[in-house]
Parts: sequence; structure tokens; C-alpha cells
Amino acid sequence: MLKSKAIIRLAFLGSIIAWLILVFSDIMVLFSDMKGLPPGVPVWLPRVMLDLFIICLFYYYKYRVERDEGLNFTDLLWKVFATGLIATVVSLVFRLGSSLLGTTKLVSNILFTDFIYQINLALFISFLLAAYTSWKRLILYQKSKWLIRTWIIFEFCLFIVLIYDSLQISIPETATTLILVVIGLLVIVLSANMRWVAYLNFKQKWTCLLLLLLTFFYLGYFIYTVSRLSESISTESPAFLDFNSHIFNLCLLVFVVVYSNFSFLVILFNLPTSSVFEQKLEEVINFQRISQSIQTEQNEESVYNILLESSVSSVFADAAWLEIQSANDGNKLFTYKITERESKDIRDHLKSHNIKGALEQSSDRTRNLSKHLASLKGARFRSLLSFPITVKGETIGTLALLKELPEGFNKEMTRIVSAFANQAGISIENFRLMEEAFQTERYKEELKIAKTVQKSLLPTSLEAGPDFEISAFAESADEVGGDYYDTLRINDHQVALIIADVSGKGTTAAFHMSQMKGIFHSLAQQELDPKEFMERANRALVFCLERGSFISATYFVVDSKTKTIRYSRAGHCPVLYFKASAGSTEFLKDKGTALGMVRSRDYCKFVETNEILYAPGDIMVLYTDGITEAKNQKGEEFDYPRLEAALKEVTEKSSQEIEKHIIQRLYEFSGSSEINDDYTSMTIKFK
Amino acid sequence: MVHIKRLQEDGADIISVIGEIDASSSIELDLTIAKSLGEGFRKILVDCSALEYISSAGLGVFMSYIEEMKDKNVPLVLFGMKEKVANTFSILGLADLLCIRNTKQEAKKLADELSV
Repeated sequence: MLKSKAIIRLAFLGSIIAWLILVFSDIMVLFSDMKGLPPGVPVWLPRVMLDLFIICLFYYYKYRVERDEGLNFTDLLWKVFATGLIATVVSLVFRLGSSLLGTTKLVSNILFTDFIYQINLALFISFLLAAYTSWKRLILYQKSKWLIRTWIIFEFCLFIVLIYDSLQISIPETATTLILVVIGLLVIVLSANMRWVAYLNFKQKWTCLLLLLLTFFYLGYFIYTVSRLSESISTESPAFLDFNSHIFNLCLLVFVVVYSNFSFLVILFNLPTSSVFEQKLEEVINFQRISQSIQTEQNEESVYNILLESSVSSVFADAAWLEIQSANDGNKLFTYKITERESKDIRDHLKSHNIKGALEQSSDRTRNLSKHLASLKGARFRSLLSFPITVKGETIGTLALLKELPEGFNKEMTRIVSAFANQAGISIENFRLMEEAFQTERYKEELKIAKTVQKSLLPTSLEAGPDFEISAFAESADEVGGDYYDTLRINDHQVALIIADVSGKGTTAAFHMSQMKGIFHSLAQQELDPKEFMERANRALVFCLERGSFISATYFVVDSKTKTIRYSRAGHCPVLYFKASAGSTEFLKDKGTALGMVRSRDYCKFVETNEILYAPGDIMVLYTDGITEAKNQKGEEFDYPRLEAALKEVTEKSSQEIEKHIIQRLYEFSGSSEINDDYTSMTIKFK
Repeated sequence: MVHIKRLQEDGADIISVIGEIDASSSIELDLTIAKSLGEGFRKILVDCSALEYISSAGLGVFMSYIEEMKDKNVPLVLFGMKEKVANTFSILGLADLLCIRNTKQEAKKLADELSV
């Protein structure tokens, strides 16, 4: 494929060569005819060269004008005008030149006249072809299949005519007439395609009219010049190739003239209505502004302002206001060319006349309230239109448009503004949805942080004694819970253990958990009795926990010297204890109320210290309610008996293996790796 | 999911809790108790016979009213608890803090005694 630039150059070169041969051969033919000699070149040569010239030029313009996407309507007309201008100027220069030469022999020479004629004809044809190509683009703007077909037929007919001209075969007169009639009809049909005119604005229309007028002038000039010249030559020589006998040229001329005329008239008659079209365009742009206003980090307020502005400019309102009902900060009022005082007067007036649903927030219909304004004294407005603005089916505000003229609003305007109001409602709804999405995102982010905090609060390594080992397991669900366990060496023979569960979930749970950790680490070091530990912890927590929040916990002091476990249970799940000597397990359900529940010093009545002696082989399993309350598919809970059974299966194993086994049993029971609560457990095996 | 019904009997407000109370549904229970208190009932009974499960958040709701009711001298009595639910109350040590009875009659009787 040749590039279009190369084609343009080639076509131009071709046309120039064709034209030079045309001029040369035509003069030769004419010369020999005048002298009565047999012509040195074939008689058909000028005609064929003319065809070639036309075809080359046709392609030249086709590639120059048709392929250029950047041209708009006025540009196209401007191109035609410019081509016409150049052609006319060149023609005028030759005319001036010949008139300067005066009545010398050369000027009166028929061959010289023929030369001038050929130049003029070439310029004329090139102008016509430029116009033809531009008109084609205009006609085919917003093309349909049907239109394209018609155009192809038209071009084909023109081509046939062109061939016919050069071949000079004599076909019956009726056939020629038929073709001419067909072309004529096609010209008229095609000329009816004037859609582009509608897209011109007022200024462009004037420009187009001027350009078309000038085009008419050029056409007239060339028709006059060419026909004058051809007349003068044809009187001298019968062999002269007359422009008029060339049907193709005539067809082209007719087409260009007819379409120019049509365009001129259509534009002229469209002038008064162009403002309407422009306004429609502005409405579309306003519409777009409202719907796009959300994306560009704007707020609701800007949507309201755009709505007010667009509505006012679309219906030429003299004043307007927009009242938005807002739950948090009262009603907001946006005004346009009206004082708040005035708008309040009108609203009060309507209210006092008990006009229902007018500017009330509950109104769900557009209302024309002009008639009610008549009774308001001293008001400058005579027309009033009100629109509700709804978001999710709820009216959030009212838009009121005012005009000083009575009957100032028509149905069309009502429809447009109502569409604006709807669009604004949708925009605001989108805006709010987006806000919500942001909130959710923020909440998720918060949870992530809480989860990291919670994880970091759990110990990385656990204490161990000469006669016991500890292992722990913690797995949390998506929602952050507040399970906590920890160990602390008090002195060389005592180790403190704790397991706790904070009520609630999320960030607050993680927060309370960290408080619990702080309390554990500070109080455990003081070698307190477990009951004393709980009392002090409760006292400290009362100031941290909000109403309704509490922490269940069990605190142990394992003493390897006395082989005792002293513990205090504060509302936490009872410890599962395996006694190796008896081979039995039991849950240590002692008295104890959770921390934070009793907010006075009376708490000491609700907790107690218990003591058990441990022996080698004994096992103690601490856990949180996430384990006992874990459910299977049937909705049954894992519960205490299953936990007990799981432990009994592996009493001989190490603490780590026991733990693994219990967790494995738990997962087998729940039947999925998805957990809906936190699983936390700590296993102590005595040696 | 929880369903809460209210019924007035002999000057006492009986709140029936049906279903499960977890973190989200505990708000409903909270609102109901607050409403009952706000309406000025002198005795509030909670029917737990259809309560299947209660989470720590649900327990927190009862807990959070203990002091307020003590100050206002409005007895709050729970009754008809299933064993599992009762177990939850007892593990957390709430059984010692709240008044819990087996039947409605007992609950009413206790409420009458306390409100005098």
C-alpha cells in the first residue's frame, strides 16, 4: 500500500502531466485543423487526456480532503473557498497578462486563446472537484447504508458519463437523456442530506453563508470566462473541444451548484433556530457535569451548586433556590439571584396558604405553583416551579425556579429540570455509597491493625519449670477476638500463668487485651495470692472497661517447691484437670465472677483462691469458650465431654502432642478449616 | 437472630427472649430493657425459656443494668433458663449477681419481695 502522502503527490503529478499533454495535443489538433492538415497526434488524445486529468485530480482531492479526519464543516467550506480563490486569482492574472499585451497578434491568435481556455478550464475543473469532494463529506456525514449505496450509484453514473465522453460512441439520444435524468434525480436526492447544518452554531452558520456566497461568485466567474472563451474559439475552429459538449463537466457543475444552493438556503432558514440547538447541547454538557462531579473529589455541595446553575441556565430562570434537608446541621439553602429573606417570604407565604406538597420536603412531584404567587404582595416573581430531589426514594430537598414573567415555564423546561434534579439525586446517592465504601475499607484496615496488635500481645516463648512443660495454641477468626494467655516467672520456684477472654470483638477487644497484659505483668511480679491478684486486677479494670464489658480470666501460681497449684477463677471456663494417679479428669468449677462485672470493693466476695497438689503425669488444659462452643455442621457444640474425651486419648504424651491432638479433634469435629471464633488453649503437663 | 416480645402481667414487664443473643442482637435486648425502664416499670422479668444461646456481649447487657436497677430499686429477675444457658451464666459468675429463678411464679414472687 502506498502511503496517502505518496498517492497525493503521484495524483498531482499525474494530473499535471495529463494536462500538459492535453494542452499540447489540443493545440496540435486545433492547429492542423485550421491549416487543413492531417493532425500529427490522434484526435482522441485530448479527450482521453482530459479524462486522465480529471481522474488524477479526483484522487488527489479524495486523498487530501476525504482522509483528513481533522476537518470540521467550516474547514471543508473554507477549503473549497481557498481552492476557488487560488483558481480565480490565477485566472485573473492570465486575464491581466493578456490585457496588458493589448491587441497584439498573439492575443488574437486562436491558439493562444485556446491555451488560455485550457488553463481556465483546468482551474475550473479542479475547483469543481474540490467542491465535489467536500460536498461528498458533508452529504455522507451521519451516513446510512442506503445513503452510501446511493452515493456509489451516483459516482458510478458519473464515471460512465466520463467514459462515454471520451469514447465518443454515439448511443441513442434517449439513453443519454435517461442517464442525465437519473443523475439529476440522484443529485436532488443526495442534496437533501443536510444533517451537518444542524451541528453548526450561530457564528459558524454565518461563516458558512459567507463562504458559500463566495463560492457562488467563483462559479459564476468561471462559467462566464470559460463559456466566453469556448464561444470565441468554436467560431474559428469546429475541431475545438467544447466544454459544453463534455457531459461529465456539466453533471459535476450541476451537482456542485445544486448542493451549494441547497446548503445556502438550509443554513439561511436554520439561522433562527440555531440557538435552540445550541441550548440542547449545553443541556447535555450540564447533564454530564452533574454526573461527573462526583468523580473529581467534589462534595455534595458542588453537586447542588452545579444543579442550581444548570437548571437556571437551561430554563432562563430569573432566580432560584435549592433547599436541602440535612439531619445533622439543619436545612441548607443555596440561592441564585434571590435573597434568603425573599425566598423565606415566598415559602412562608405558601405555607400560610396551606399549599400542600409545594415546597415541603415530602413532596414527590414537580409542581407549578405560579398561581399561588399572585396572592403574595410585593413579590417580583410571577412564575414558580418546584422540583423534589430524591435519594433512594427519600426526598432530601427542593429546587425552586422563579421567573418575573407570568406563565414563564413550559412543559419542555419542566422536563429538562426534572431530569437534572433526578441526575443530581443519583449523583448524590453515588457519592454517599462511595463514602460508605470508604468507611468499610477503613474499618477493615482497623481490624487488620487490631489483629496485628492482638498477635503481638501473645508471648513468643513460654516459661517452663523443672517438673512441668507448657505449650499453647492460638488461632483467631477473621473478626478479632480478645483471647489472651501468658506466663511469668515470679521467682526460682514459682511461675504465674494466666488465660483470659475479653468480651466483645474488634479494636476494643484488642485494646482491653493489652490492658490485661499490662495488669498481669505488673501484678504477677508482686507474689500475690491469686484472689488478691483478681481483686487488684478488678479494681484496675473498672476504670478501663466500659459498661457491659468484662474480662473472664483464670490466674495460676504453680509452685514447684510445694508441688501446689494455687489459682483463682474469675468467670473463665473451668480448667480441665487430669489426675494421673486416679486416671480421671474433672472440670474445676469453682466460684468466681468475671472481672469488671462487680464495680465495687464487694468483688472480694465473688472470687476465691483454690489450691490443688499436683503429681507427675498430671495434665492441666486451659482453654477459652471458642473451643467448647465450636459447632459442627449440625449445629452441635464441641462442648466439655468431647474435650474431656480428646484429652483422655493422649494422657501419656507430651504437652505439645496433647495440644496438637485436641486441636486436631476440634477441627475434625467442626468439619472445616474455617473457624468462627478464636481457638485458644494452653496445656501444662507435669513431670 | 433474636426475637423479643414484651408482655405486662400484674404490674411486671415480662420480656421474652426467643432465639440466640450474640454481639449484634444484644443491641436489641439492650434497647428493650432500656425502654422498659424508661416506661417506668417497677418490676422487670426476663423469660429465658426460649433462649438458645447467649454470648458474652449478651451477658454484658444484663450486667450493665445491675447497678442502675439497684439504684432505682427495680428488681430484674430472669427465669426459665435452659441448662446450657444457665451454665454460661454460672461460669461467668453472673448467677451470684443476678436473680435467677426456675419458673415464672417463683420469679414473680421474688420480684414482689424485692420491690417492697
